[in-house]
Amino acid sequence: MSDRRATPLLRLERVTCSYASTPVLVNVDLTITDCQFTGVVGPSGSGKTTLLRVLLDSVRPLAGAVHRKPGLRIGYVPQVDAINWSFPVTVAECVLMARTRGRILPWRSQAEKAEVLEVLERLGIAHLANRHIRELSGGQQQRVFIARAMLGRPELLLMDEPTSGVDVRTRHEVLHLLEDLHRDGLAIVLTTHDLNGMAAHLPHLVCLNTEVIGAGTPREVLTADVLERTYGAKVRILEHAGMPVVLDDYVARDNVVSLRRTGA
Amino acid sequence: MDTLLQPFEFEFFRNGVVVATFAGALCGLVGVYVVLKGMSYIGHGLSHAIFGGFAASSLLGVNFLLGAGAWGVASALMINGVTRRRVIGADAAIGVITTASFALGLALFAVFGRAGRSFDAALFGSILGVSRSDVWAVIAVTAAVALVVFLFYRPLLFTTFDPEVAEASGVPTARIDALLMVVLAASILATMQVLGVTLIAATLVIPATVARMLTDSFSRMLLLATGIGAFTGFVGMNLSYHLDVQSGPTIVLVGAALFGVVFAITGRRGLHRTAGMQEHGAPAVKDLRTTAG
Repeated sequence: MSDRRATPLLRLERVTCSYASTPVLVNVDLTITDCQFTGVVGPSGSGKTTLLRVLLDSVRPLAGAVHRKPGLRIGYVPQVDAINWSFPVTVAECVLMARTRGRILPWRSQAEKAEVLEVLERLGIAHLANRHIRELSGGQQQRVFIARAMLGRPELLLMDEPTSGVDVRTRHEVLHLLEDLHRDGLAIVLTTHDLNGMAAHLPHLVCLNTEVIGAGTPREVLTADVLERTYGAKVRILEHAGMPVVLDDYVARDNVVSLRRTGA
Repeated sequence: MDTLLQPFEFEFFRNGVVVATFAGALCGLVGVYVVLKGMSYIGHGLSHAIFGGFAASSLLGVNFLLGAGAWGVASALMINGVTRRRVIGADAAIGVITTASFALGLALFAVFGRAGRSFDAALFGSILGVSRSDVWAVIAVTAAVALVVFLFYRPLLFTTFDPEVAEASGVPTARIDALLMVVLAASILATMQVLGVTLIAATLVIPATVARMLTDSFSRMLLLATGIGAFTGFVGMNLSYHLDVQSGPTIVLVGAALFGVVFAITGRRGLHRTAGMQEHGAPAVKDLRTTAG
């Protein structure tokens, strides 16, 4: 993607949002281009989800401006924790929800069936179309909701904590899938708490704690100074295979102590 | 056989059976949304709230459908507003609105006497008070609700399943929720006479729950719940006559028996499908909306 000339899709200019009297975002400047694959990291309550909702236009800023490319198509994948897995929907029914506007008749048209099948095939889950959503693995469930977002042919995909509470294999699956989609020309912005398993693998990061603390490549952003200002806690940065590895400073010291004890 | 067919000689019974069958179908259909949105207690509360309007219109001599209807729709929209805002104490606020309205109805009857429509029928349901106009009212409301479900099938499904993403996708979820509340109020109003306010919630919940035990598909659940509701209404009304028990309790007991039969057939698999059916982890988009000041 780097050889293409980046076109801005969204630009936030000194955006401020608040919930009741509590500020959630303060003076946030951010530009999202069509070449971008960005991870937003920060502690709980730092405004990550609100930032996604501002990008999505479901939350209006109190101050500042949001400039959107005219006709910008955005897909949104919510946290899987928020999904009611007992709801009676099959994979195909779930994906088709993206076609709620525009057609009144309840049943699927032939064109819609073909479109759903195409997007499910692209994501490798076409064989699961008639399965209930609860009967899928974590990675497959994530793919269903990405498929629903993809049915609208988005230029920008927003994802809220796509790897929250998933195992290592599912995380790898999701990462590979997102890399493939990005390679095919999709801009992606996701939020994550997982600094080592997710954030460190992304090309661009934004550290957020109500305001933007830092932005850049993982090497530029995953530093002790930036992370301490973002999380308000001490961390240590190691390097492994050319990638930064973030260690909780408290755990690091504790390990040293216990190792010494073991050694003694 | 003659014993079974004998009551059909009476017009009041034929009216009662038609009303009970349509009322069961109507509650089964609307109950799918009520159950999946976790609104069972709202359905229960709303039926009690409408009783206040029933009492007031009955005593003032105002047309029952107009008086209790206006009261019911106002209560439904008020409950919807409180629920959507998700302010702290929303449950308590709904409890106050609905029980106060119910208490007002009881007080009005206590002070001014039980004029007009039967007090007991409103509470527990009865076939005796079912007139030809009641039959047409229930058929009309059932047809109207079926049309609403048909025309708004997709936005209703998306809003019920995933309100946050539905809103973000441009579905007018606030209007869809309000529409559902009006549909619920109209359904309660139309079926109150035969089912009784104290038992309407059960007829909303049981057919939908039994249907969920039988299928994993939303569209099939809608059809099954409607059919199960109609079946329990028809059988319950017939049993009500033969056992000389009020229609509301009989219809609910038939539904409960059907639940038992389906549970015996589907076992843990059926129950497993209903587990967590009303869980909604997704906060409404409005949760984090910005404030203007």
